[in-house]
Order: sequence, then C-alpha cells, then structure tokens
Amino acid sequence: MSEAQSALNGAAFEGYVTVTEAGLRGMVTLRADLSDARVKAAVKKLAGVELPGVRKIALKGGKGAGWMSPDELMILVPYAEAGATVAALTKALAGVHHLAADVSDARAAFRVEGKAAREVLAKLSPTDLAPDRFGEGELRRTRLAQVSGAFWIEDGGFTVVCFRSVAGYVFELLKLSATPGGEVGLWA
Amino acid sequence: MSTRLATGGRLIDRHRSFEFSFNGKRMTGYAGDTLAAALLANDQMMVGRSFKYHRPRGIVASGAEEPNALVNLGRGGRFEPNARATTTELFPGLEAKSQNHWPSLDFDVGVLNNYVSRFLPGGFYYKTFIHPRAAWKHVFEPFIRQSAGLGRAPTHADADRYEQVYAYADVLVVGGGVAGLAAAMAAAEAGARVMLIEQTAHWGGRAPVDGVEIAGKPAEEWINSTTEAMEKKKNVTLRLRTMAAGVHDHGYVIAYERIADHTPGDGRPRHRLWRIRAGQVVTATGAIERPLAFAGNDLPGVMLASAVRDYVVNHAVSPGDRTVIVTNNDDAYRTAIALHEARLSVPVIVDARASATGELPEQARKLGIRVETGMAVAKVKGGKRVTGVTLCQQAGEGKAVLEEVACEAVAMSGGWSPVVHLWSHCGGKLIWDEAAAMFRPDASRAPTGHDGKPFVVAAGAADGALLAADCLENAHAAGAAAAAALGLAGKGAAPKAAAVSEQGVEAVWRMPQGAGVELRAKMWLDFQNDVKVSDVQLAAREGYESVEHAKRYTTLGMATDQGKLSNINGLAVLAEARNAAIPEVGTTTFRPPYTPISMGAIAGEARGEAFQPLRRTPIHAWHESQGAYWEPVGHWRRPYCYPKPGENHEQAVDREVKTTRQAVGLLDASTLGKILVKGPDAGRFLDMLYTGLMSTLAVGKCRYGLMCSENGFLMDDGVVARLSEDTFLCHTTSGGADRIHGWMEDWLQCEWWDWKVYIANLTEEYAQIAVVGPKARMVLGKLGGIDVSKEAQPFMEWREGTLGGFLARVFRISFSGELSYEIAVPAAEGMAFWERLLAAGDEFGITPYGTEALHVMRAEKGFIMIGDETDGTVIPQDLGLDWAISKKKADYLGKRAQERTHMTDPGRWKLVGLETLNGEVLPEGAYAVGEGANANGQRRTIGRVTSTYRSPTLARGIAMGLVEHGPERMGEMIAFPDGKGGTIIARIVRPVFYDPEGERQNV
Repeated sequence: MSEAQSALNGAAFEGYVTVTEAGLRGMVTLRADLSDARVKAAVKKLAGVELPGVRKIALKGGKGAGWMSPDELMILVPYAEAGATVAALTKALAGVHHLAADVSDARAAFRVEGKAAREVLAKLSPTDLAPDRFGEGELRRTRLAQVSGAFWIEDGGFTVVCFRSVAGYVFELLKLSATPGGEVGLWA
Repeated sequence: MSTRLATGGRLIDRHRSFEFSFNGKRMTGYAGDTLAAALLANDQMMVGRSFKYHRPRGIVASGAEEPNALVNLGRGGRFEPNARATTTELFPGLEAKSQNHWPSLDFDVGVLNNYVSRFLPGGFYYKTFIHPRAAWKHVFEPFIRQSAGLGRAPTHADADRYEQVYAYADVLVVGGGVAGLAAAMAAAEAGARVMLIEQTAHWGGRAPVDGVEIAGKPAEEWINSTTEAMEKKKNVTLRLRTMAAGVHDHGYVIAYERIADHTPGDGRPRHRLWRIRAGQVVTATGAIERPLAFAGNDLPGVMLASAVRDYVVNHAVSPGDRTVIVTNNDDAYRTAIALHEARLSVPVIVDARASATGELPEQARKLGIRVETGMAVAKVKGGKRVTGVTLCQQAGEGKAVLEEVACEAVAMSGGWSPVVHLWSHCGGKLIWDEAAAMFRPDASRAPTGHDGKPFVVAAGAADGALLAADCLENAHAAGAAAAAALGLAGKGAAPKAAAVSEQGVEAVWRMPQGAGVELRAKMWLDFQNDVKVSDVQLAAREGYESVEHAKRYTTLGMATDQGKLSNINGLAVLAEARNAAIPEVGTTTFRPPYTPISMGAIAGEARGEAFQPLRRTPIHAWHESQGAYWEPVGHWRRPYCYPKPGENHEQAVDREVKTTRQAVGLLDASTLGKILVKGPDAGRFLDMLYTGLMSTLAVGKCRYGLMCSENGFLMDDGVVARLSEDTFLCHTTSGGADRIHGWMEDWLQCEWWDWKVYIANLTEEYAQIAVVGPKARMVLGKLGGIDVSKEAQPFMEWREGTLGGFLARVFRISFSGELSYEIAVPAAEGMAFWERLLAAGDEFGITPYGTEALHVMRAEKGFIMIGDETDGTVIPQDLGLDWAISKKKADYLGKRAQERTHMTDPGRWKLVGLETLNGEVLPEGAYAVGEGANANGQRRTIGRVTSTYRSPTLARGIAMGLVEHGPERMGEMIAFPDGKGGTIIARIVRPVFYDPEGERQNV
C-alpha cells in the first residue's frame, strides 16, 4: 500500500562506511520441520532457493531464505508479496504442522556498505567477521549491542535487520561505529 | 639532580620538543617521553605524597608497576585522576597535578603523621575509629578524606568517545617484548590466526635496554625485522597500546586499547575495549623487578635498577650524577654499566651476596666500578630527595655504619617476579622456585577450558625464563605449543640470543638481615599504601596468619597498583614472621583488570542516545510532535498525557478522560504484546498457560485470560482471539510481551516438546489503535469497510477486512468500560491510519489519550492492572477473579500452587474498592492500620492501596486495595495514614465505581 512507511524513512549516514535505512522488505517467518520434503518444496517454489543450511542464507533475484533456528526460516520476498507468500505457504503446507506469518512490518533493515563494513559490525556484534569466516551465504542471528538483530552479505555490502521499534537505536549504533576516527584497521 | 643527558635516548625525538605543566609549572619534554621521564628530565623528583604518612614520594618504576607517580591529568571534560605518569605518553600541553597533598606538594600538613607514625601501625584505622560509631561518618572519614584522598573525582561529563570491538584469534599473545614476538612468530608460522598485543607504544620490551643480542645482532634489529615480517602476514594482527586486562573462562580476554590518550581531541575514540575470543592465550607478560626493603627506601631518588637504566637508555634521563646500586643479583650490574656508558658516576655497587663473580660483575669491576659484596644499605639519607646512603654488613643489625656514601639516586634490585596475573585469572597455579626466589607458573596446573585442557601458556620471563637465551627458546616453544594445542604444527626454529651467564639471585627480604625495629619501621613494602615491614610483622603477631587477612588488615597491595611491587616482599616477610615457608603462605588472589581501565571503555558506545535502546511505536514521532509527556513502559516510551498549552498534567488527563467518556478518544496501544500460537495442540497449550478455558473459544471471538507462574502468582493478562481452528492470537501486557514469549517457548521446548505448537511474537508487526467512547462506532463507520455495527460485531468478537482502505483486524474489546474497538493495521501504515482516524473523528471532538487516562478509566471500572494490583505475591483469587479460573480443567500452570493452604487461607488480603469519606485521594501504596502489634512489635496492618486516582468522571478520589477479609466487610471504614501525620478514613466498597452493569460497552 502506498501509505506504508519504513521506520526511518530511508535515513542515511556517510561515515567511513555508508549506513542507509533500506526501506521495507517482505519477510515471512516460517516455523516447521525443516527436514520435511513438503516444506523444502514449498520454500523452493516461493523463495526460489534450496533450503539453507545451518547459519546460512540462500538468495536469488531479490528473494531468498535464511536459517534462523532448527525449526525456523526467514523467507525474503518483495514487500508487496509478503501477504500472498503467507497465503501460498499456508496452502502448500495444508496438513503439515507449521506456522507462517508476515513479519515485514515488524522489522527494519539497513545497508552497511564500504570496505570497512565488517569492522563496523564487529564493534556491535560478537560475531567472527573475518573474511574467511564470514562470507557470502552466511547469516548471523545475533546481537547488536543491546538488541537482537541479524545480518548477511548481499550485493557487495551487508544487510542488517532488527526490530522496527529499535530502528532508531540501531541506526545510532551504526552511526557511532562508522564515525571517522574510529577506524580499527581490521582486515584492511 | 635528575636531568636530561646531552646525547642518546632511543625512544625520544629531540627534534620534537613541547611544553607541558606540572602543578602549574611549565616544563619541556620530547616526543617519545613518558610523563615520568619528562618530569625526571626537569628534575621533578618528588611527584606526590604517600597515603597515610604524607611522606615525599618520587618515581620508582618505569612501567605499569609504578606505585607513586599518580597524577590528576587534564581538566574539565578530559580530567582524569590517578593517571600513572610512567604509562602516560607525553603530548603538547599536557597538564598534570600531583595528588594527595594538602595544601601543597612541598608543604604538607599531613606529614605530621610521619612523626607520629609509631602511633599509626597496621590496623590503626580499624582500631581507632571504630568507636564511637557515629564519629567515623561525621568526624574521622571527612578529615581523612580531606587530608589524604587520592585523585579527585571528575566534575565534568567526559568529552571523549569510547567504543568496543569483538575479535577472534586462534592464538592471542599478550606482551610484545622479544618473548611475545618469538611466540607470535612461532604460532603464525604454524598457520594459526594470531593476535599480538602490547601495552606500551613500542615493540620489543626491555631487551634493547638490556643489551640483548639476537641472531648475532642487537635486539632492536631483530625486533624491527620480526615486526615487519609479521605485519606482512595475513594471519597476524598487531596492536600497540593495547593491554590485556583480564583472562576469563572459555578463552575470553578483555583488552584495553589506549587510542588517543596521547592525542586528545583528535576525533578518535579515546579508548577501545577489545572483547577477544582466543583458542589459546600466550602470556608473554615479562617480569617486574622487586624493590629491596631497607630503611628509607621510599625517598624520592630511590628507584628500581631496571627503571634507572630504562630512563637512561630510552629517554636519556639521568637520575643524578651519582647513583648507588643496591642488589642481590647480577642483573642490576647492567644498570651500573649503562650509567657508566652514559658517563655518569656509580660510587659503589652494594651487593648483599657474599660474592659476585658472574660475567656482569666482572665487567663492572673492569670498568673500574667499586663492588662491595656482603654489604647492605643501613639507611638512605635525605628529606625530599636522596642525599646519600650509609652502608653496613648485610649479616648484621645495621647499627655499625661502616661508611657513608653521598649520592643523588639509589638503584635497587631485589630480583625479578614473573608477571603471572593473566596466568592466574582463570585458575592457573604457581610454584615457588626457591633457587630463583620467585613464583612462576606451574605448567602442570594451567588454567583449563571447557574440555579440561589448558588454554593459557606462559612464555619467556613471565614463565620464569629471565635470561635472554632461555627466554626466547621458552617463548618460541610456548607459541608452537599454543598452535599445536589447536592442531597446527610449527615449522620455524627459535631465535637465538647470545647467552650471558648469571650467578643466581640470593633472596633478601630485609636489609640488613638483623635490622632492629627502628629500621624495620622505615622499610617500605607498599609505597602507595604506606605499609612497612614492621606493619606486616605486627599483623602476623596479632594473628593475621592468612595472607588474605594480613593484606586486608595492613592494606598491603590494596592500592591502585594492586601490589605489583609489594606483594612478594610482603608475603615473604609474613612467612618469616610466621616461621613458615613462602609457598605455605601463598599469594593473594590475582584479579582482573591487570591495571585499571576506564569506565568509558567499559560503557563503550552506551551513552547519550545509545545508552539504552528506546523502543518507538510507528506513531511515536506524532506523539512527540504533540508535546506528549512520556512514561517509560519497559523500553518503550508511551504518552502519559498530551498537555495542551496552559494545561498541567492533571488537567490534561481530566480532559482526556472526559472527552473519551463523553465522545471519543484514541489510544496508541501498539506496545501490547501479540503472540501468535498455532498448531493442533494450540488449544491444549493455552488451556495450560491460562487459568481459564481457551480451547472452547469460538473462531471469531475473544476471551480475557490470566497467566500465572508455577507458584500460582498472577503474572500477565490479556485478551485472546481465536483466529482459526488451530490459531490463536494472545495479547499480553506491554512490558510482558518478550517475557511471555520466552515463557511459552520455554514450556514448548523443555517440557511439552512433543506438543504440536509453534509460536511467533508479532508484537511489532502491527500498529494497534484503540478507538474508545460512545462515538467510536461513528468514527469507524465514516472510514467504511468492515461492518462494526452492534449486530455485525458484538462485544468480545473480532473481524478482519479493510477499514478505510487499510488492511485491518478489529477487536471489539474494552478496557475503559466504553464502547471500544482496538484495530490492528500493518505497522508501516500505523501512522497513516492514526491520522485517518483523527481526521474522521474531528467532527466528534476526538482526542488522543495517554496511559494515565487509560489507568484512570480502567480503575473507575475496577479492572486490575498487572504491576499495580499484582506484585508477584498476588494470586487471581485475591483479586476476585475466580470467574476467570476454570473449574473444569484438570490442570493449568499455577493450579496446584493455588491449592496450598497458604493460598486458600481466608485471611489473605483481597481486592476491594476504597471510597474516601471526603472525596480525597488516598496516597499510593498506603497501608491500612489495624489494632494491636505484630510479632516484631510493629503496628499491625490490615490492607494496602494498590491503585489510587482522582476520578474526573466522579469528581472524587477512587482507589482499589487489598484488605484482610475485604469482600466480607463491605461498608466498613478503615484508616490510612495520609503520610503527613493525619489519617484518611475510607469505606470498603465494590471495586467497580462506574457503570457497574456494563451498559456503556454493550451498546
């Protein structure tokens, strides 16, 4: 709908990396037995990717699926398609115990881009962000200072997601971490 | 006097000199100086006064172990007390002030304590100031703080920023001396991901000062080539000015980087706290030289021998023209040689050992330096600085002075203690090495990780390998061992240092050996806290046998240097006094941090806007623009009320309540918890969680539910809506959403793991807005869409569809007693929907209302509020909520607990309404007093107020409270103190003050 607004209206910050609020994105929580063949088939059909492994994310053409826990996936679709995706999942998984819910509005997303994006995130999250430990296809559901969040690599930068209510706090954290002068020089 | 030498100084840049000040006096130093070096170069020997006796104190050391040279640094937002001059890098414009003097450093009133020192023995404060009790707080403590006190507390907010960073390493090497470099190289060559950190601004430690040769070249060349080689390695991270503060379980190491202490205001964070996960930790932390205990060893000008040569070699600073060396080992001869090479005079080397025949003493003799063995310093002469020493036999009592030697400085060495702090933090044990007179790490009892295997390896001097050749071999092996522990095999060979044979140290805990009480009372162990040999001996005599007790009684090692110089000497004296062996006495506990770290670094980014996460609803910005007065609810901010110009909060609440009751009000209820529960067992699951029956709820309907803990206490409430046959949406309190979500997961994952139920916390997916009041239906009717008529949507039912074009779910529920709808729309459209409602309600006089109006209206209706009527000790039955407890169910969480005798006791306080006789408002939390006294002799209480408000609707005070036998005492009066000495009488009534028949919400 045209009146839908992301939490920070696309706020941006130019530090020694660039931080931008990414706007709304379709996200669907799917809880189910991930080893079930019908679940795999439904994900493949709706997200266009194979089921991701532990701590992985599979992306393809703006859609994808991320591993969130042993029985939870995050399905990524364009914002406008989230509702339809839930409906399609519910239909495809009729008779399979599962829960599918649109959580697109419960989240905020940021793009963190630049050569030093990794260390900016390393200031906030207890994640091993060394290039040989955290590459494309990795997803971390983790902590950003005092709140929960998740991130992965996409289009040459990081996509960071958090709950919508703390978008302002997370933006502030990313700004502080990306403020010039704070360069750590890790993985330079 | 101490002064700058004309040549030399490997760390200073003579082309870059700048001014700084000490106690307002302008001085000059060079880039590369520490503040301590620069002070000495300006002949500032005295830098402070001691804590108890206010004796003049000078710089003793050249590193983190310094006990005396603590200063107040900077001003305003960059003021820092207790800054250690020896680890403070000099920068242009540095301002330092000495501490612990009153009124001035040169003339200090407290020095009188010095003359009465025999009346101030160990434990003096405990003994003297204990009676009368009140005197401590009002007389003694303020006086002691004024006259002593260390640094001042800052008065301004910190002007700098701080940050933290997480890092991971296979092998973390702590200490960038030659041992650390060798260990890091060994681990890196084995392929490990290595991080090497060094607390100072330079690599290589003291090897260059000590004239060590590695691979046939001066140490400095090897240090440079090794660091260069490591900088090129992709698997190595090097950090200077970074100190490991503590080693914690699971290889978690906290390190403290001082980024901009020496470049204040350059825009960089001042400090950075590193939170490092390491597979293995190598502690190459070196060793600290011990002072010797002779009378007057605390006078300015008495320094550690190693510090003297550091200042001479690194900073070209002379401690004085004539320096007497006092030692019990060969290493101190290096100082004599360094002084000689700087063309300074060494009148005599006083060696307590019977003979000194090692390479270094022989070399000193060849240079023409006088060496006296079997000798001791009887006493240091001088007042505010050293003027000379008297010598005696080490074996004697010190009464027979053989000679007096004039000098400006005394360089002492009592041997070396490996820095075992980091080794010990996680339980690494020590062994006493009798021959070397030191505690060193016991490799067979290393700190162990989760797998029971060691995760810390000591390297080099920190492992007791003090001689350069052994040190490098040991360190290389340690680095390789750390890598091997991670399954990585090393390749390279250990670097070779030229071997210098040294004669062993001879333990000397007192100088001279038979010193009488008069000398012992002037032999300082702990310089900062003024603890002397005689104090420790007294503690032992008074029965403080445990080293931990003796430490606390005497305050030995309890100052900000944490006893880095004093501990071993102190416990040796204690051992001797107890007639016990040193290992029997043991050490005190080594605790993090190694040296104090800043509060700023610990807080990191968490200040100002980022101090705490603030949760905002989609409508937050609008509330803000309307001047809402905020109430914190969990991490949310909710509008308490929206005062209009000229209105106070009470007037605003009054208006909001009246408008809502008479027309229509709007509440941002987005913060309410919304948890989706789905699955074939969802109904069964909710029947267990709620006291009521949820499985029988029809699709399309809502039911109010109570949740209790296993102990029966009411912990949350809310409305449950059945969305479909196997799906429920549970509303929770705003503050309880995350907790209840976790509570549900806990039961599903740990207890009822075989039940087919999935849950999801959808709290933030929806903006939820309550439209409340007699005109609510008209407002919604104007939007068009879902039919919200009485017939189409009866009370306690929900509908979904579109409303004014918004995808919406409408719940017809009421927490105010009015006709009321709560409408959930996607959060991203929440703001637009809110504005649509405001526009539609304009003609009806719609008003937004805040949490206080919500509270008042629910209290008028007698609805309970979690956190007001409940406090963790209240069960639903106390609140008259028996109607919401199913009698049919076999079980629910809390059921059995509620059947316990204490829970069914008819004497439990129960919920009633309280109506004051004159309409006044009862104070919050007031207790009703009864007759008689309780077991403690206190006045008996028979009830308390749980909620109290002025009701705008009824124009009087209303309250709810829990009262003993309350429901059986309708109409009776009870008395509450009003908090001002008076009493308020209230009548017990039903808790529903307004519209008891519920006609208003059923229209």
